[in-house]
Formats: sequence, structure tokens, C-alpha cells
Amino acid sequence: ILRQRFCHQRLPEKPMGIESQHKHLLELLRRTAVHGESNSVLIVGPRGSGKTMLLKCVLRDLLEVKDVNKNVLQVHLNGLLQTDDRIALKEITRQLNLENVVGDKVFGSFAENLAFLLEALKKGDRSSSRPVLFILDEFDLFAHHKNQTLLYNLLDVSQSAQAPVAVIGLTCRLDVLELLEKRVKSRFSHRQIHLLSSLSFRQYLDNVILQLSLPPDFADAKFFEEWNDSIKNVSEVLHQVSVCKPSIKPTDLLEASRVCVADSKANILHGLSVLELCLIIAMKHLSDIYEGEPFNFQMVHNEFKKFLQRKSQSIYNFDKPVVMKAFEHLQQLELIKSVDGSTGKIHKEYQLMKLMLDHNQIMEALQKYPQCPTDVKQWALSAFG
Amino acid sequence: MAGQLLQPGYEENKLQRVSKLLPCRDVQSSMLLALMGEPEQYSYPSIFIYGHRATGKSHVIHTLLKELDIPYATVTCVECVSLGLLFEQVLFSLFGPDSATLLSRSPSLSDFVRVYKQLCVQNPAKQTKYIVLDRAELLRDMDANLLPAFLRLQELVEDNVTVILLSEIVWDKFRPNTGCFEPLLLHFPDYSKDELQQILSEDSHPSYSTELYSAFINILLGVFYSVCRDLRELRHLAALNFAKFVEPLESGKVNESETHKLWRNIEPHLKKAMQTVYLREVSSVQWEQQMEKEAGAVRGLSAHGHVELPYYSKFLLIAAYLASYNPARTDRRFFLKHHGKIKKTNFLKKHEKTSNHLLGPKPFALDRLLAIFYSVVDSRVAPSASVFSQISSLVTLQLLSQVGHNDQLDAPKYKCAVSLDFILAISRTVSFDIVKYLYDFL
Repeated sequence: ILRQRFCHQRLPEKPMGIESQHKHLLELLRRTAVHGESNSVLIVGPRGSGKTMLLKCVLRDLLEVKDVNKNVLQVHLNGLLQTDDRIALKEITRQLNLENVVGDKVFGSFAENLAFLLEALKKGDRSSSRPVLFILDEFDLFAHHKNQTLLYNLLDVSQSAQAPVAVIGLTCRLDVLELLEKRVKSRFSHRQIHLLSSLSFRQYLDNVILQLSLPPDFADAKFFEEWNDSIKNVSEVLHQVSVCKPSIKPTDLLEASRVCVADSKANILHGLSVLELCLIIAMKHLSDIYEGEPFNFQMVHNEFKKFLQRKSQSIYNFDKPVVMKAFEHLQQLELIKSVDGSTGKIHKEYQLMKLMLDHNQIMEALQKYPQCPTDVKQWALSAFG
Repeated sequence: MAGQLLQPGYEENKLQRVSKLLPCRDVQSSMLLALMGEPEQYSYPSIFIYGHRATGKSHVIHTLLKELDIPYATVTCVECVSLGLLFEQVLFSLFGPDSATLLSRSPSLSDFVRVYKQLCVQNPAKQTKYIVLDRAELLRDMDANLLPAFLRLQELVEDNVTVILLSEIVWDKFRPNTGCFEPLLLHFPDYSKDELQQILSEDSHPSYSTELYSAFINILLGVFYSVCRDLRELRHLAALNFAKFVEPLESGKVNESETHKLWRNIEPHLKKAMQTVYLREVSSVQWEQQMEKEAGAVRGLSAHGHVELPYYSKFLLIAAYLASYNPARTDRRFFLKHHGKIKKTNFLKKHEKTSNHLLGPKPFALDRLLAIFYSVVDSRVAPSASVFSQISSLVTLQLLSQVGHNDQLDAPKYKCAVSLDFILAISRTVSFDIVKYLYDFL
């Protein structure tokens, strides 16, 4: 059951904390469905704030009203999938089962389909046609289509007194209205529902405990203690814990939080060979000395050779091609990136690169690196002070 | 070291077999099993696994999925130059060979989702399906909507499916601009030296004892560990060099227990191997032949010090090198017989930090090249067409590279593309001391 809640995102019976938005939206849609009034609304909120959940709850509640269920048509579009107006139009005609759909294929060109659709929507007036709900997920991606024809036409229909149409958009960008063209924006009713997660820690805590409250009660008491230790990514920790362990224990919680919070770049640095690590330290020195200017392989190799002459007893003097191979491995891991991005005519060794790592990340990784030779460590610490 | 992989819903003996196939990866495989849960349960919509090359990411996933008979589709993104190939492979693996024909000629993501939903309705299944995408960093370069869509695939198709992404590069570099559904991140740590030893010792030669092989692996790791930790490369090197290692044993000179002598025998070979086979300059076949013959230097791919050039071409190349790496204002000092004094101003002193050898070759005009050439060649040479044709043949050999527009026929610019070692070797053959003329070595 927990799995279904977290993994499958099943709808709760009642959405928590957003009752006012829920009521607002429900009212709006009811007006379209029952009274035949056209509307458009935009639901805005950051990722994971429950927009899709809200919409699904509202739809479910709406469809419980019996006469609504028979009448209302729904069209679900997603910005990620329908990347083009043509594809979107085909999808609409397919979902509405209009007459020019035979089996799966949709005949006719884009212009014809659009005209047909508009005609079909226009013919009905308030009393005899069925209300249609257009739900546009990832609304901001639709705004990137050419000329925004789809948006324009849908909102146009919703403004003129023809078939009752409700256009509901979901997006995560707060500035989505800026993306719309002027003619589209003017047809939009500027109704927005914001879902900003302004829950305090306590409220969030209660929410979470409610979600997890199916297992026996002793788990709750233990949770209370654990939360008082600082845990940063609370929701991620929950996901990890509930999914991984069949029985929840406090130690598991701490372990999971450690796993989530771990810096992934430091993990990658952990796996590099000693030679590559020396190269990274050399690059770091170069960036410090020249204050962030990009470097190339020759300079790094020079710096490395200086270190070998001065100090090292443990590192063997490798040939230049071997060092080059280590350098290319670092490039493949995207720890260094070329500055101008063109691999054109410049010889491989002289191409300018930038280091994508931070000072602190390198120092942390050095601490955790297993069996790091001491002179390498000292070299790293030497010029930083 | 067979760890305990316990998970309800799967048979005991299957799990034991899996843990035997995956040495040193118990923690990760148990975590993955816990994530997958029982076959009918839902699993998290997307998982992102990252780790170095050859840390066993694909191996672990494929072993788990295959041994436990879970329906899955695996796609390597390198092979999918178009989206259609990706979609076809997924549908083929999950729903059988007929399903791929339902897609149109160049399907979009929308078509894929639609066909998937249709097929789900036709063949309903309760078990979790898995889609494994290898080398997932290439997904970033394909259509921008592909990666976010795959992360949310469970939601979009409304089916019990989980997408697993495998990559070397960390997740921070994957995130699209407006954010996306965040997958669960799993890290596969690199093998430590002991673990590498353990894994490599597992494939020992049948006719020799395992202790001998372990000793060999120990020596190999000692030489190569600080350079390379890639399991595949080490395995390759071990396979190639083992024959050489046991050679004294076969010829009866040395006993098995005298590892010191064996070490002394093999060490120079391993060092040579580092320069050649590790860098892929010599193919493995050539290396094996070399081992048998034991004579002569190994000719690598980039050993073009053996390139034979005519006399004047060598001087042209030397002149080009000098033109590339000396600043133009110092030409007068080097090449004129009676030059005046050159004042070193403050301006010069500030910019002398970075030597030209670090920055790379600079372009020069044809006139400058010829001027230096005439002063460098000791005999008198007339400016005939053969000199000019030698310049263009140097360009074809890629020892010089042409810079700038092809239209500039009367004043072409060139750059010298050879390294210092190469030019030193060449100037030695014509007994010309180039170091005297290089500004950086003053």
C-alpha cells in the first residue's frame, strides 16, 4: 500500500492543505459541465506540488455527478508528447472520436483537420452540444509551438459563445503568461490557481505521518524522535526508506539520508586512479594561480612534471601518452570541459579546457580517497592556504 | 563471498545463483532487489544509476533481470541514431515481434505512448516491466522532450513500468532547464584494490594453480593500479601477459614458488605494455607476436619518427617549427648575421610567464617561413618550384596544417603540427642544433 502511495501516485481521498483551490476548480468545472459556460484556467506550481493530483481529484469528484458523467468529453494533451501542433491536433481528433478518424489513422492535412474541428465545435450551441474539457499538461511547452495556433484556437473557442469548452493548463513556470502572444493572452481569462508549497515543517510532518500511518503505531513514535535530528531532504528520504526496507527502523532512516545527501561528484572522484587525481590537483593549482583562466593539456603536464621533480617518491614518471589517456578519461567523465566547444583545427593537446569541479569538492574527495599517497595530499594542501 | 539476497516473491535458489554471479556487488544488488520488490508491486517510476566505467552496472542489472525472469527491454543509446530505433526495440522486447509494426515510419513520442497503451490493453500483465537505457548521457543530445518523458513514463502510459538509466556522468548534468521528475539516484562505487584482485583471480588459467595466478594479478595491479582502475582494461592486460609470465615456468628455469624471479622477468614487459597495448598503439595480435619474437622495438601507431623526408623537407619542417614557436620579433636576433641588441622592455617581462610551448603553435605566413628557411639551410638554394611543392606535401602529411581561408592563394598561412620530440629527432638527423634557435630555451 505504501508502494502504491509513493510509486504509483494513487489519489488520496481528500487532498491536504489545498482545499480552497480544490473548491475553486471544482466550481469552475461544474459550471462548464452543467451550465455550459466556457472557461479557461491555469494551474501553476513548482514541480511536485500536486497539480496533477489536484486535477485528478477534481475530475473524479466532478464525474461523480451523474448527469455530468454522461455528457462531458475529455481531451488530455501533454506538452512532452505532443511537440507539434499537427500531432496535437491529430491527438484531439482521435480522443474525441470525430468522424474522420478511421481506426487509428487521421486523414487530411493540418489545415483541414483544424477547420473540421472548429466547425464541429461551433455547430452546437449551449443547449445541444456536449461540454469538452481540454486538459493541457506542461502548458509552457505548448507555448513554444509555431505561432501558438493550437492555444489560440482553443482559447478563441472558449471565448466565443459556442460549444462549452473548458481549457485547463498545468505548468511549473510562474512566468508562463509572458510566453503567450498578445492575441492569445487577451483571449485567456487570466484565472490562475497557485499551488505554492507554503507548509511549515510541522505541517509537513503531520502530512507525512498521515501518509505513513498505515503501518502499526509504534513506527510513528520512532519517527518523531528521528525527525528531531536534522535531516535535509525529507521527502527523498521517505521515498528511499519506504521503498527499500520492508520494515522501517531508525538506523535505516539515517543510512538512507546519508545515501541521498551524498555528493555525487565526490563519489566519482573517489573512483579515479592516482594519476588522474594528480592531474586534477595540477589543474586546480593552475586555476588558482591564473585566477580561473582556462588551461590546456600541456600546461597541466608541465605542472605535473614540476611536482614529480620536486617531491614525489611514490609516483612513477609516466610517459606523456599515458598521461594523455588519463586526461582524456577525465574529459569523458565531463569533469573538464572544453571552453569553446569546437574540436576543429586545434591540436588535441593545446585545446583550452575548464575544470568543472569546486575547491571544496576536491578537498572532500581527497579526505575520503583510499590509500592516497601522502606526498600527493601534501601537494594538494600546499598552495591553497 | 555469497551474500544473503533475500526477497519474498522470488525463489531461493535463483537468488543464490544470482549472488554467485555478482561478486563484490552485494550491497548494490540487494538494494536493487529491495527497490524492485515483489513482481506484482509497483516500483518507483525511474531510477538513475551512475558509476565509473566497468563497475558492473549493466552486468548487475542484466543478471538480476534475466535470472529472475522479469520482463524487461534493454536498449543501448549508442545504437539508436533515431528515435524510431529506440521505440521499436523497446516494443519488440516487451510485447513481441509484431508490436513494432504498429509504429509508423518515423514515430514521435506521442505515437509510441499511444501504441504502448494499446498493447497494454491487448496483453494485460500485472508484473512490473523494466526498460533499461544504457549510456543514457546520449539521451540528452536527442530530442529535448525525450528524457523528461522517459522519467515519467509510468504516469504517461498508466502501466506498471519502471525506467532504469545507466550512465557514467552524474545526474546534475542531466537535469533539463525547467526541471523534471527526479529519479532515485544509485551510485555504484568503484572496486577497491582487494576487490579487483578477487574478481580478476576468478578467471585463472586451468593448467596453473590459483595461487600463481593471484601472484601474477598482484604484480599486475602493482604496476597498473595507479594509472588505471578499469576492470575491462586490466582483464585484457592480464590475459595478454599471462603467457609471458609463465614462460620461465614452462621452460623449466624457475619453480612456481620463486615469485621474485618471475617478477623480475615480467616487470620490463609490463612497463613496455603500458606504453603500447594500454595506449592501443599496438593491437593485441601484434603484441602477442612481439612476445614470441622478443626482438626489436615495437612499432606503434604514432611512432612516426621513422618517417623519411627529403633533405630540404626536413629543413622546411624545422623552419616551420621555429616560425610557429618563436615570436616574430625575435627572428632578427636568431637569423641575421649582424643583428643589433634587443632591448627587453617591461612589456616583454610581464608576458614571459607562459612559454610558447605551452600555448601551442602560432600561425605564420609563407614569406616568413621562406625567410627562415633560407637562413637555416647552409647551402645556397634557389627558390624553385620543388621547394613550394614540398611545402604542400608536408601539409598533406599533416605535419603542417593550413590555417585560414582557402581563397587566399597568394598569402597562405600555416601552423606547425609536430611535437618537440619529433623535431628534435629530425634535427639530429641533419645535425642542426635547434635548441639554440628556440626562444623558450634561451
